[in-house]
Amino acid sequence: MGDNTNMPTLGNQNEELILKSITMKRTTVTLSTIAIALLTITVISCKDGKKETNDKEGAHMEMGTEEGHHHESSAGEMDHGTMDHDMGSSDAQGTSVIDSYLQLKDALVADNKDEAAKSGQALASALGSFDISGYDEQQQKELSDIIEVAKEHGEHIAKSDIGHQREHFEGLGKDMVDFIAITGTSKTLYQQFCPMYNNNQGGTWLSASNEIQNPFFGSKMLTCGKVQKEIN
Amino acid sequence: MKVLKIIALVVLLGFVGIQFVPTEPNLSDVVPDTDFMSVNQVAKDIEHDLRVSCYDCHSNNTQYPWYNKVQPIAWFLEEHIKEGKEELNFNEWGDYSDRRKRSKLKSIASQIEDDKMPLSSYTLIHKDAKLSVEEKERILTLVNDLMEELDN
Repeated sequence: MGDNTNMPTLGNQNEELILKSITMKRTTVTLSTIAIALLTITVISCKDGKKETNDKEGAHMEMGTEEGHHHESSAGEMDHGTMDHDMGSSDAQGTSVIDSYLQLKDALVADNKDEAAKSGQALASALGSFDISGYDEQQQKELSDIIEVAKEHGEHIAKSDIGHQREHFEGLGKDMVDFIAITGTSKTLYQQFCPMYNNNQGGTWLSASNEIQNPFFGSKMLTCGKVQKEIN
Repeated sequence: MKVLKIIALVVLLGFVGIQFVPTEPNLSDVVPDTDFMSVNQVAKDIEHDLRVSCYDCHSNNTQYPWYNKVQPIAWFLEEHIKEGKEELNFNEWGDYSDRRKRSKLKSIASQIEDDKMPLSSYTLIHKDAKLSVEEKERILTLVNDLMEELDN
């Protein structure tokens, strides 16, 4: 500092000024870019986040309910077809719910989070388009309660890590048993139980095979559990 | 210097501008009959815990600190609260089916046990919302009691 003020040459001063103004400009530009970027990010990220979830959740729903008359959609969801052709056949509707559930179970057995998420979403949309009008009043009440809760489980499974997916899958066990008790099914299913899940509180699930393949622990404890009951 | 001023002005104007974008504050004077505390017998201390740690996002009435009324924070919060209420609204507890109550009680227990709720982004500012070990225990006991009640 002292040296410069004592004997500044004209050239030096100019140089210094230029340098100063360049660095200042740079800082200004950087600072303002950062400020604007931050602002945009906050604004956009809110909107985007919203849009994304809408897209995710909306994609199947729209086709299943709002535009219920579309024939096919993305890969092999059967519920749309059900809406169109089998309005009266509760078994076909129920089958699509049960099939999505079983796919979900298989994905969890295989420790496959992404597949589980897909099946969870498929289950939610199959439930969302399930027509309860053919049942009596009391059954309708119970079915709509089951569907409301089970759909929520499916939606959560669609967007969670595998631990959380399994928690919701455990919740689904009872809902599915009660659902099938009303709708019936042409499939033979096995109600299975693992006593160790959730700090030894245990968890129930359904399988199409009487062999145990544990969806709560996956490869960690594949064969833990027992068949409790045969359905059908 | 000029550039800096202009940019500062633009940013400032933008900031002021977004304050006028309307948000719907989550405020309600009415505590409905369906509120968790009306439907269930809840001890005063647990009621206090739940109100402080959960009700801001899981009821129709949020206690907003002043900075939460400022954009863009208010937007961020609006989304959070909307989502929170969709998942669980203590004010609407009495309207839930027994099945849904059971499912929600299970989720409350596991979220609290795993320290996933209250959200860490929330307790960062609301220090008092953080649940101590004892507070967690007494909430979990209540949740278990309510689940047993439902099963009987």
